[in-house]
Amino acid sequence: MSAVSAPTGERSARQIAWSRRLRAGKASWAIYRTSGIGLAGLAIIVAFVVIALLAPLLANKSGTLITYVAEQHQPHNAPPSLAYPFGTDHFGRSVLTQVIWGARVSLLVGAIATLGALLIGSAIGLSAGFFGGRVDGILMRLTDWFMVIPWLGLALVLAAIMGKGLVSIITVIVITSWAFPARVIRAQSWAVSSRPFVERARAIGSRDSHIIATHILPNSMPIIFTQMVITGASAIYTESLLSFLGMGDPNSVSWGTTLEDAFNQGALTAGHWWQIVFPGMCIILAILALTMIGYAFDQVLNPRLRDR
Amino acid sequence: MNESVLSLRNVEITYQLRSGPVPAVRGIDLDVPAGSVVGLAGESGCGKSTVGNAILRLLPEETDVTGQILMQGQDILLMKGKELRAVRWGQASIIFQGAMHSLDPVKRIDEQIAEAIQAHDAKITPKATSQRVGELLEMVRLPARRGREYPHQLSGGQKQRVMIAMALACKPALVIADEPTTALDVMVQAQVLDLLRELQAELGLAVVFITHDLSVLTEICDRIAIMYAGKLVEEGDADTIFTQPSHPYTKALGGAFPRIGNLEDRFTPAGLDGDPPLPQAMPSGCAFHPRCPVAFDRCAIEDPERFPTPTGGTAACLLLGETRSRA
Amino acid sequence: MSEPLLEVRDLRVLFHGHKSITDSLRGTTPAAAVAVDGVNLSIAHGEILAIAGESGCGKTTLARTIMGLQTKESGAILLDGRELSTSRRDLRDHRKRVQIVFQDPAGALNPRQTIYEVIAEGIRVQKLPGDELERVAAALSQAGLRPPKAFFERFPHEVSGGQRQRVAIAAALALEPEVIVADEPVSALDASVKGEILQLLLRLRDDLGLTMVVITHDLGLAWAIADRIAVMYLGKIVELGPTEEVLTHPKHPYTEALLSVVPEAGRPQRIILTGEAPDPTRIPEGCRFNPRCPLLADEGDQPIRVRCLGESPLLRSVASGHEVACHLVD
Repeated sequence: MSAVSAPTGERSARQIAWSRRLRAGKASWAIYRTSGIGLAGLAIIVAFVVIALLAPLLANKSGTLITYVAEQHQPHNAPPSLAYPFGTDHFGRSVLTQVIWGARVSLLVGAIATLGALLIGSAIGLSAGFFGGRVDGILMRLTDWFMVIPWLGLALVLAAIMGKGLVSIITVIVITSWAFPARVIRAQSWAVSSRPFVERARAIGSRDSHIIATHILPNSMPIIFTQMVITGASAIYTESLLSFLGMGDPNSVSWGTTLEDAFNQGALTAGHWWQIVFPGMCIILAILALTMIGYAFDQVLNPRLRDR
Repeated sequence: MNESVLSLRNVEITYQLRSGPVPAVRGIDLDVPAGSVVGLAGESGCGKSTVGNAILRLLPEETDVTGQILMQGQDILLMKGKELRAVRWGQASIIFQGAMHSLDPVKRIDEQIAEAIQAHDAKITPKATSQRVGELLEMVRLPARRGREYPHQLSGGQKQRVMIAMALACKPALVIADEPTTALDVMVQAQVLDLLRELQAELGLAVVFITHDLSVLTEICDRIAIMYAGKLVEEGDADTIFTQPSHPYTKALGGAFPRIGNLEDRFTPAGLDGDPPLPQAMPSGCAFHPRCPVAFDRCAIEDPERFPTPTGGTAACLLLGETRSRA
Repeated sequence: MSEPLLEVRDLRVLFHGHKSITDSLRGTTPAAAVAVDGVNLSIAHGEILAIAGESGCGKTTLARTIMGLQTKESGAILLDGRELSTSRRDLRDHRKRVQIVFQDPAGALNPRQTIYEVIAEGIRVQKLPGDELERVAAALSQAGLRPPKAFFERFPHEVSGGQRQRVAIAAALALEPEVIVADEPVSALDASVKGEILQLLLRLRDDLGLTMVVITHDLGLAWAIADRIAVMYLGKIVELGPTEEVLTHPKHPYTEALLSVVPEAGRPQRIILTGEAPDPTRIPEGCRFNPRCPLLADEGDQPIRVRCLGESPLLRSVASGHEVACHLVD
């Protein structure tokens, strides 16, 4: 089978644990690799991340400042050309520069918000599924409550209280996104907790916290990963929309704020399509890519989908 | 004139999975005379369920099935469309493994049985259908009024009876029962077996009884065929096959069921080392040789054909062929 | 060694139903299911006791309560004369000394843990001294998996069914228990594989002096490995005694019926009981077997009939060590 079939007797327990993780990881990757859609999605996201990381090398940050471009006498509302592949906006800023630097904010906000939402969602979901009974009842009422909060209204309220900016946006996304994954993770946690090996863990005297960490969490990781990807897609969408509506940080540029500027400057009526299409396409592509990755994850998780 | 209601001739079945072909059945011959009960026994992976499903052509499209499956003289493997549908349920029906879970939870029992009837006779009137449903329920010793209930209101044993009623809906000549009593308690199992035996005698049904539970087989079957790793290893009379086994596997299998009351079986549980082979890792020669207590050198090279046994059956063991001269 | 190792005294275990909205409105409480209804057992050192019965008789609940995995309504579990309390420390100590082997080896082992980690977990949780690697290897060896180190890094699903059950047994042995509770230890295995696992259990009793409680529905299994057998029906023990006695000279009509439908017992006549075991929330008055009792159906004698319908019979001795709970056996 694999190269680890006949280990030497001298391996320590820690080595065994790590070799197990490595084997499991390789096996998952081997399955993931068979999905063309999954690879495409992964490639797109990786491309965006690379662009975001290499932003300083790819475009001059000053190119996002109105004062700078005014000094540079960059053309206003110029359609795409060799000098400005994505054209320029109302103030003369290169849309390409906006998009490259915007990737940073959009992806970062998306990632932080997703992480926050999943940390809360996992903690609540795993506990509710494992403990059951009253704990489950209370946690699920809480989850229900948060699931129905209209996020737009909440966003406006928070913007009024906390002021505009990325912190507000991240907060809104976390508050409104943790509930759905919590439900899904709870279902999985409950299923895992009902299996005999969890009862066995109790039978050998394990503490609840140990059981959750060693048994429930690892067997729920696939679902958690998938939820992370799904929540990520919606986080990017929400960030873009909120920025578009004016709640973004006026001092930083994201895909959403780029769209906001474009609309405020009447790009639609003036026919300056490049100011809308390019940032819009990035948002769509990012969300699409994450959805595709989610689809491929499903194939890894569900063996029955694989044989088709 | 063929007396057998079902005849399998050199049937080989290979599943086509994404990971490659899997030979589940590697050549089986079986005869089921009209009105008799033939048991198909074996452990996990031996191919018995595959055979059961193949008889009604219920295996996935891509599966390779070669050989002949003759249902009342006609080869099912050559049939298509309407002809095939007429055979399914009309000539032969099947009671699946875990059948109790095959009932639709949101439909009443009588509706589900009626479905089976109407699928085969589009012109039947609702009144006649309802009458037939009532008849069938009475046949399986359930009061007709229980037809108005939903599956969850019935116990495991009662649900199994409903499955039997459904299988008999179109008056088949052959019923294939795939592990029909496996999930039931011994007492309920006895009740269901009793019922099956009565119905079989009353209606003159031929039954192919597929199970891994040998004690059940000796109760109800006339003849028993034992499968191992996709092949038939022994076939013979139900009364003598375990008391006078010819194949070492049959002997070992029989030994795994301790006889209560026999002091020799106290504290001496018998079994075989190792596990039944997976289709993907079939041993060379006789598939049983790695676990066989009396295997000798030729067993690893030659796959034995079937030789006659002293008790009137056949067994695929080189030891039986020892006395014959081989070309 | 004359003192019993494990004792169960007058154990009652109930499963309370959920109060539905209609119950709240009407002020009613849903009936509780009596899973175990006053069970007494006394298990000696090195003994193998089989607890037999059909599904719903309470045998699995009894096993789980002995393990401390199920809360009891009343009664006591005693290990070496000391009563098991609900305190955390007590439970922890108890769980080192009494271990369980589940029915389905595939479900009983975490698919994400290697065989090494499955067995090491118990050692770590109970903080057993000494070299962990050696302990794991020893447990695997005792369970017949040799060479042990070849199994360390494999996953449970990478070995066969029989080997998986050995892993489960090794995981129990790693804690050096005194009692093993085996819940249907071979029912999920192929017939030809059962024998070797049963042989292993017998060897463990002989070599390590382990005491075992084997839960099973298979009377043949009890015949093969049990010293004594207790037959349960709807939460009560109806017959108890040495296996040979009980299975060749059954006294309770339920035991007789069960044996009669098992072909391996070679009983002359099949007694097929009507219907199925009743709901544990609606246990019949008097002797709970009376709705299905074939003896009662024949019994024309009024006074005894009245007893069966009104009074629940107690376990009474009919021969040395052989007890039966039935009014009609005297």
